[in-house]
Amino acid sequence: MSFKTLFEKVWEQHIVAEPKGEPTLLYIDLQLVHEVTSPQAFEGLRLAGRKVRRPDRTIATVDHNVPTTIEGRLNIVDQIAAKQIATLRKNCADFGVELYDVNSREQGIVHVIGPELGITKPGMTIVCGDSHTSTHGAFGALAFGIGTSEVEHVLATQTLPQSKPKTFRISVEGKLPHGVTAKDIILAIIGKIGTDGATGSVIEYAGSAIRSLSMEGRMTICNMSIEAGARAGMIAPDETTFAYLKGRRFSPQGADWERAVEEWKKLPTDPGAQFDRELVIDAATLVPFVSWGTSPGMVAPVTAAVPDPAKAANEADRRSFERALEYMNLKAGTPLKEIEIDRVFIGSCTNGRIEDLRAAARIAAGHKVSSHVNAMVVPGSQAVKAQAEKEGLDTIFKEAGFDWREPGCSMCLGMNPDILSPGERCASTSNRNFEGRQGRGGRTHLVSPEMAAAAAIAGHFVDIRNWEVREEVTA
Amino acid sequence: MEPFKTITSGVAPLDRSNVDTDQIIPKQFLKRIERTGYGDFLFFDWRQTPEGKPIPDFVINDPRYKGAQILVAGKNFGCGSSREHAAWALSDFGFRCVIAPTFADIFFSNAGKNGIVLVRLTEEQVDKILENAQKVAGYQLTVSLEQQKVTDAQGFEASFEIDPFRKFCLLEGLDDIGLTLRHAAALDTYERQHDNATWLKAK
Repeated sequence: MSFKTLFEKVWEQHIVAEPKGEPTLLYIDLQLVHEVTSPQAFEGLRLAGRKVRRPDRTIATVDHNVPTTIEGRLNIVDQIAAKQIATLRKNCADFGVELYDVNSREQGIVHVIGPELGITKPGMTIVCGDSHTSTHGAFGALAFGIGTSEVEHVLATQTLPQSKPKTFRISVEGKLPHGVTAKDIILAIIGKIGTDGATGSVIEYAGSAIRSLSMEGRMTICNMSIEAGARAGMIAPDETTFAYLKGRRFSPQGADWERAVEEWKKLPTDPGAQFDRELVIDAATLVPFVSWGTSPGMVAPVTAAVPDPAKAANEADRRSFERALEYMNLKAGTPLKEIEIDRVFIGSCTNGRIEDLRAAARIAAGHKVSSHVNAMVVPGSQAVKAQAEKEGLDTIFKEAGFDWREPGCSMCLGMNPDILSPGERCASTSNRNFEGRQGRGGRTHLVSPEMAAAAAIAGHFVDIRNWEVREEVTA
Repeated sequence: MEPFKTITSGVAPLDRSNVDTDQIIPKQFLKRIERTGYGDFLFFDWRQTPEGKPIPDFVINDPRYKGAQILVAGKNFGCGSSREHAAWALSDFGFRCVIAPTFADIFFSNAGKNGIVLVRLTEEQVDKILENAQKVAGYQLTVSLEQQKVTDAQGFEASFEIDPFRKFCLLEGLDDIGLTLRHAAALDTYERQHDNATWLKAK
């Protein structure tokens, strides 16, 4: 018998047609829709007289554009953004798609609400017009970002023509050292293999360090697969996955639940299955990371210094490094811990879930945000916000001097009013440190929620492993 | 979508690696609901100052490269966000072909849907084209999709690989949904069966 990988099992179960000499036609179980990448897709359907084939496999919310203050949401000042949100409302009404609107209790970042509502399930194929769709791979789903033409294609046919990607297993083995988080694992991986290191591949994250992570941690890792160039990231479902899903709103119930778990247990990669590529990382070697440049591969341990471009591996890298240091206004040799910051952003589809907020609150409790830092916490969804408030995390943040906001993508990409001013430096729990990503001229350093909270308080980066936790926060 | 056979055109050299889609089209232009008109915002933060003044030495502002339909850039072009607006902006500006050592996956797909031909050449070949475009006055390159060849009048010649089906669609300018609907019967059959898998239902 042949041994199969998790990816191959999911792929094979979704083949509709394999026309000779053409890409495979793959069935899509779920499409998530948001306001930014969908208007032109719905317009395409209208022009061609087509309908949404499976509204029951399509779910929409607003996340990218929405302001994160209550007043801002009641009256969206940016008229172009307001029109885009109004367009999504009309499109969902016209085509029969369920919309979790700005003020519904289900609203949130697409990649946060899918899992928390139990819509995301192991073994599914999931797409969304957003590159961080890879997040859902944490459940053992094959989930990937697509462009707007493909959004239209899936709305119309519930399928996508896809060329089969290669497989790449990254095993992180051993016990994670104190202070090292899922964010640090993925930053380390991207730093090691590069931002195009997994292009054309689906990564399966495996190994004891990955198994030991919560679903939130696994989502953080799969989320940033795209920053390593991967088509998708996946983690085999296990008891942690089932425990997370059990009892959620759209999870199977009763006998259907038993049956579902039985099916999902068949998904993990068979022992002996072959990958196109393998990489093993020793968890004991990992440390808290900070990005120093303008690409997510430009990362270094918090104890290190800004690297010297002269020591880059090749001429192209040297030029990129020099350009990055100029943009970031950093000098080679400066210890990362001495870099002062102006802003802190805790949130996003990478690190805006309840566990991330708990971790950041534990660091912040009993401390005060530095007088020269403006720090904000943006929960990933209404449900995350409600849970955090139930646990009193909002009070901890507010007492420490953090701004407590309404849910959305916010300053991860600055499509709403939350942006950096030119020259401002930000410790951010998001996923991209590209030039201008958080606002033109803004300088982004990617870190874990714990590292971001500590930086907010100290006013510069600190090694979280030496942090004084003043009050234990209990859920 | 406009079919692509062979073009001969000027070449805009963008000597940068990891050009991400946030640079190709910054976020503030993603709020529009139209599919056209993004060319004016292509490389917005690189082509003009925060005050709105054009930066003369940025490649697409340089009069030497005006009207170029071919863009040449470093590795991992189009990384980052899935925004198809990046492909729309390039196309709307007038680019019909991008040459680079490698492209990010989602951008690769988006470009194809918009009739933009992406040509992968080796780093050495890309460096040569970048050099020629910067040094040779009135430099022109010919990209033949039919022959899968890139040539110039200075003796440069390179072949490139492309998936045969992608080539066919670009040559014919074919719409994907129409192609998929050839499999409508297979889809109906598959879907009836697949809907029995209650563990894969969305809701």
